[in-house]
Amino acid sequence: MSVATVAPKRRSRRNSRDSRSIYYWYTLPGVIAFVAVVAYPLFRNIQISFTKWNGYGVAKNVGWRNYAKLMHDSSFWVSFLHAFEFMIAMSIIPTVLGLIFGALIFDFISPYFPKSWTTFFRMGLFMPQIVPITVTSVLWTWLLSPNEGVINNVLKSFGMKNPPDWLGSDHAAILAISAVCIWIQIGYTITIFITGMGRIDPSLNEAADLDGANWWQRFRAITVTQLAPEISIVLLTTTVAAIKIFAPVQIMTGGGPGNSTYVPSFYSYFNFFTTQRVGYGAAIATVMVLLLSALSIFLFKFQNSRTVNM
Amino acid sequence: MSTTTTEQIAAKIWSPSRGKQNLKKRGLKNWMVFAIIALVVLVWIFPFYMALDNALKTPVDYVHHGPLSLPRHVTTYGIRHFWKLSNFPQKVMNSFIVSFFVALFGVTLSFLTAFAIGIGRIKGRFVFLAVFMVAFTIPQESLVFPLYSISKKIHLYNSIWVLVIIFAVIYSAFGTYMLSVVMSSFPSEILEAAKVDGANTRRIMWNIVLPIVRPTLLALGTFFFVWVWNEYLIPLVLLADNVNQTVSLSLGLTSGQYTSDPTTQAGAALLGIIPSVIFYLIFQRTLSRGVTLGAVK
Repeated sequence: MSVATVAPKRRSRRNSRDSRSIYYWYTLPGVIAFVAVVAYPLFRNIQISFTKWNGYGVAKNVGWRNYAKLMHDSSFWVSFLHAFEFMIAMSIIPTVLGLIFGALIFDFISPYFPKSWTTFFRMGLFMPQIVPITVTSVLWTWLLSPNEGVINNVLKSFGMKNPPDWLGSDHAAILAISAVCIWIQIGYTITIFITGMGRIDPSLNEAADLDGANWWQRFRAITVTQLAPEISIVLLTTTVAAIKIFAPVQIMTGGGPGNSTYVPSFYSYFNFFTTQRVGYGAAIATVMVLLLSALSIFLFKFQNSRTVNM
Repeated sequence: MSTTTTEQIAAKIWSPSRGKQNLKKRGLKNWMVFAIIALVVLVWIFPFYMALDNALKTPVDYVHHGPLSLPRHVTTYGIRHFWKLSNFPQKVMNSFIVSFFVALFGVTLSFLTAFAIGIGRIKGRFVFLAVFMVAFTIPQESLVFPLYSISKKIHLYNSIWVLVIIFAVIYSAFGTYMLSVVMSSFPSEILEAAKVDGANTRRIMWNIVLPIVRPTLLALGTFFFVWVWNEYLIPLVLLADNVNQTVSLSLGLTSGQYTSDPTTQAGAALLGIIPSVIFYLIFQRTLSRGVTLGAVK
């Protein structure tokens, strides 16, 4: 994200305070709307998290009890453990594969084959990024269905006798959704990395070539280190996305079987609208807010510091 | 920084894009990498091919020959079936209305606030930006229940307009951030000159800043349009009636509904894919520039 700095430039003294104050009026619609749609609901959510409430009756104040209960709720911990697993599937693996595939395309294909091939490869890998997540989830639910599904038919044609019921068994379900997430995310990482590789000074690689470095050595010493800013942005943004993951889980498994695919956002949704323990759901959502705010402040600082340096 | 030399410019003029590139000589290594990447790409697009292939089959064909074979008789049964069952044109219309107005209102709100921050350099602008950045990263789960109760209270529950309001505001938090950054690099000489000529703030906004940032506003609107199109959680909670649902939501709700009817499921997936691919082809350049932007969402 190459953005110019927001750092203040001192305007001349003539630009006095009273001419400036008129600008505050321009923030009014934005601020009112923001308070009504984001700030107040967020405040309400925190308030609700200190109550026991079914969503329509009278809310009973329970203090910190919801949060105390969270600490001993295995489903809550399991959901965060799964969020961590999704960080591997949505953040780490796509970053590693995106770097490797991106560098392979950039070094071995772009300079040697007609441009249309590079475009085709990049678009093919980017396709899953275009499609709405709900469509992807419906598509994969069908592909992964146990008997007539595509994946199991392919596995059978390769000689596998009893392919698992991917979305219907405890161990396989989270692996299956993770695989879908990898499939979705690569297009994002590869696009950013290939764009970044265009920025690397070619003389670095030429010098390494003269020194007799092979591709893997150049990849590690030059590509990966030069792409450090892109890698950090990608890791941060995909981590945020992993902690927020909802639609694929809700659509493909509904959190099941049992709680084997619970994730934080699904668990909070489940408490809001299925078991109607609204206070408890609100507490889970509040924990997520704290975690994600910390990450976003980190991202905000990181972006501002980077853009100042440029 | 890339400095273009006269030779490079000349090379660009003399070799138009359709002409031959200067390709390096391919070795065995290149062909091997080509084969690996080609294989990966084939695996990646295989699911889309499967959706197309099976959406064009008869249910009987699917049962007898499985999902991997080509259709014996090409039929649009699965596609038509889902089209009718879901009242697909209506869903597209709903999605289109929501996306269009979110883009319009979201960009307008962003522009006004960003004008005050980027051009007006109001005090406390960093606080504004930090708050907006956080607002854009918090999970929608933390807003969804209060939004649900409020919209019931003010009788906007189950209306697509409540989605328009909510997403226009949530996205404008992000839009304000982006536009403030763009506007704060606005050349101050122009603004000073305008002030000397006696232009007031409103004139500066309409006649000077707006024309210059218009391309950025259009790009932002395009992102907003596509993002709303893909939203799921808030529509799921706020739109109960079938007639109000969006494409994304109605697709999300079909899962498991047609387990006994796989060709309809493939048809549904195909219909869900098509509008997005069309947007992508139209707005390809804008959207690929924004890949990084949407990620924190």
